Amino acid sequence: MSASPTLAPAAGVISLSGITKAFPGVIANDDISLDILNGQVHCLLGENGAGKSTLISILAGMQFPDSGSIAIDGVPVTIGSPKAAMKFGIGVVHQHSTLVPSLTVLENLMLGEGGLMLKEKRAASRLEELSGLLGASIDPNILASDLALGQQQQVEIAKAMWTGSRLLILDEPTSMLTPSAIESLGESMSRLKAEGLGIVFITHKLREAYTMGDCVTVLRGGRKVGELTPERMKSLTEAEAQAEILRAMFGDDLAAAGSIESAAELAGATEAAPEASRVDVTGRPVRLQVAGVTSVGKSMDVSVTDISFSIHEGEIFGIAGIDGHGQAGLAEVLSGQRAIASGTISLEGADITRLGVRSRQEKGVRYVTDDRLHEGTVGNLSVAINLLLKRIGMAPFWRFGQINKTAVNDEAKRLITQYTIRTPSPSTRVGTLSGGNIQKVLLARELGHGARVVVVNKPTYGLDLKSVRLVHDLLRAFAADGGCVVLISTELDELIELSDRIGVISRGSIVGTVQNDGGPDVAERVGHYMIGGRAHDND
Amino acid sequence: MTDLLTPTFIAAFIIACLAGTVPLMLASIGETVGEQSGVLNLGIEGMMLMGAYFGYVVALTTHSTWLGMLGGLLAGAITSLVLLVLNVWLGLNQIVLGIAITAAGGGITTVLYDQIYSKTSPRIPTDNWKVPGLSDIPVVGHSLFSQPAMFWVSLLLAVIIAWFLVRTNWGLSIRAAGQKPSSLDAAGGSVMRTRSQAVLLGGMLSGLGGAYLSVLATNAFTPFMTNGLGYIAIVVTMLSRGKILRVVIVSLLYGLTIAVGTVLQLTSLDVPTDLITMLPYIVVMIVLLIFGRDVNNSPVLGAPYTRGAR
Repeated sequence: MSASPTLAPAAGVISLSGITKAFPGVIANDDISLDILNGQVHCLLGENGAGKSTLISILAGMQFPDSGSIAIDGVPVTIGSPKAAMKFGIGVVHQHSTLVPSLTVLENLMLGEGGLMLKEKRAASRLEELSGLLGASIDPNILASDLALGQQQQVEIAKAMWTGSRLLILDEPTSMLTPSAIESLGESMSRLKAEGLGIVFITHKLREAYTMGDCVTVLRGGRKVGELTPERMKSLTEAEAQAEILRAMFGDDLAAAGSIESAAELAGATEAAPEASRVDVTGRPVRLQVAGVTSVGKSMDVSVTDISFSIHEGEIFGIAGIDGHGQAGLAEVLSGQRAIASGTISLEGADITRLGVRSRQEKGVRYVTDDRLHEGTVGNLSVAINLLLKRIGMAPFWRFGQINKTAVNDEAKRLITQYTIRTPSPSTRVGTLSGGNIQKVLLARELGHGARVVVVNKPTYGLDLKSVRLVHDLLRAFAADGGCVVLISTELDELIELSDRIGVISRGSIVGTVQNDGGPDVAERVGHYMIGGRAHDND
Repeated sequence: MTDLLTPTFIAAFIIACLAGTVPLMLASIGETVGEQSGVLNLGIEGMMLMGAYFGYVVALTTHSTWLGMLGGLLAGAITSLVLLVLNVWLGLNQIVLGIAITAAGGGITTVLYDQIYSKTSPRIPTDNWKVPGLSDIPVVGHSLFSQPAMFWVSLLLAVIIAWFLVRTNWGLSIRAAGQKPSSLDAAGGSVMRTRSQAVLLGGMLSGLGGAYLSVLATNAFTPFMTNGLGYIAIVVTMLSRGKILRVVIVSLLYGLTIAVGTVLQLTSLDVPTDLITMLPYIVVMIVLLIFGRDVNNSPVLGAPYTRGAR
């Protein structure tokens, strides 16, 4: 660092001041100022939509602020492109993987380098050096698509640090990791911190912020609404720190959430635990039986191999697993959207293997897709039509091929009230609603009129905490009324909170099933299967 | 049938086969580079026609087939600028642009040819290079080793481009731009620059393929002489999934069917001409049915890239 003496106090710091960024219809960042120091883990907390991701894309050169400035070691800089960010030593690990699946680890790391030839030898030794620093071992010649999620993240970190880094930004790195992978991520972070790197750690889980962070900045609605300095963090106990952060995170909403405790539960501050009053469903009749189902399809995300399970009345069966391991395939096989090569599916003893989507729907098998904007709804059509999308042509909404507007609107209004969908009117285009409300439209459509089994894929992905809670309540109520839920999720906490049993899917097969008995080790046991453990290792 | 196996006949067969193969191979390699970077060039037919016509004009006026090749290459490059500016930079629809380029390429070259050359239909003298020593071998000496020198340059180009795609940073950027452009962007590469280069190179190779067809393979230009070859190149590219070796092999297969068609016409067998002209396309369709079912090409093919789009 060649900072002049007058600037010395500012050395080793990246300061943002007055950063403002607006998108059409929303102010993502509103006058945010903060200092990021080297050798510290700086936690950025806030709900979905609080502006965390925008702030870091500004730091990473992917977005430009409308106003405000950034200074590195006291010198004002403009970060005009990802390349410029890299030059300043700012490395970002994005929430969504930036690895190219069809390239090898080494090719991914070399991507963006200058010069004519690929310098594989040099890259391999740099990877070894970084692996040592991170405490990870990574095969450089494996395809990125074959990496386990934890490893993938280590490669992302190595990539962010590839050209030498002073600041590492981790955008929600833990959301899809197993508990042991989170632990090793924590270890890597402390090693890097000891090397003098600054780390910005973005999360919405308070527990992680307290255990892994040195200081905290809280964002809400695009504004900075609270901060805890390192000194203050040290002086507070975990509970006190959480209370303070929660007050900042939810502000006035805290009253709406009920109490600090329930807000804390919302924010994942407490260990996830299943509901205390769990009913034993094993004695009840089997509703859905899946036996040896293998699907047609070649890519890993959509194919399943020899899957068998049965679900009892009123049971929530969780499917855990790393994203892209056949979850979409399983959901589509159950809903009838994907052909199967062998195996049988039966509903209450009746074989439905050969039935198509519509017939299964009429028998009560429903599917709430994770792609709620494209597969799930038609954005340009009204809320009312979207609510009745699966009943097009049926009486009393359609008569002799003609739509009966009054009947459609009445039914839509009923569902809008029942599921508290916030929309200006039934004729509003569904695409203009928030993610949470779109999800409610989907659930209202699928859970009603004689649903027996509902398959939900990542039902709370990308939703704000209140919507998450509402979705959970809806699913619980559906199960309490005797419905079956196949809950596919990558959020382990969610699965543990809701499910009676959790099956773990890996490479298209269920590799193990864990009874969610409320024991403290359920997460560990699920995690064990996720990283490739087999049944006999566990029992 | 014995008269089919005379040395002259086999030599003619090989010549016909290679004349069918090389233009398609060059165009398909160009298309491959473009598609690997995520740009679907449906205008390749138009680019080939532009290359064929201007290659022909330059070769006629300068009496040099080499300058003719260069003319075709430049004509292809200039035509590809339309795609480069309107699609890669401005994000206009690739399908519409491609069809426009194909239509315009056919129209422009036909009008110019009709105005200037249709009365005389001048031909370009053959300009073959006999490989020293090898050209004295019976049969293959008069066919394989008496090809235009550009034939060998084309093979060399295939090798060089294959090597560039696999072994260099540039090739890696091209592949990343087609597989996941946001990753290339985040890694500090430029999606715009990479795709621009790929489109330009693709245009050059298509133009070169067209010029090879007119100047060297048929020694003349006729309106719409590519006759769907550009579309075949798109199919070959889809089948080859970025592997240049496969491009060469599938192109050769096409060349073989062309040659078989020619042979069938020469024999006393009573095969309808329509059936013979259909043959290459039927073969391509069969190959597509067998191998094309699990094509794994660029997932973002045809989608313009905008940084930070949300």
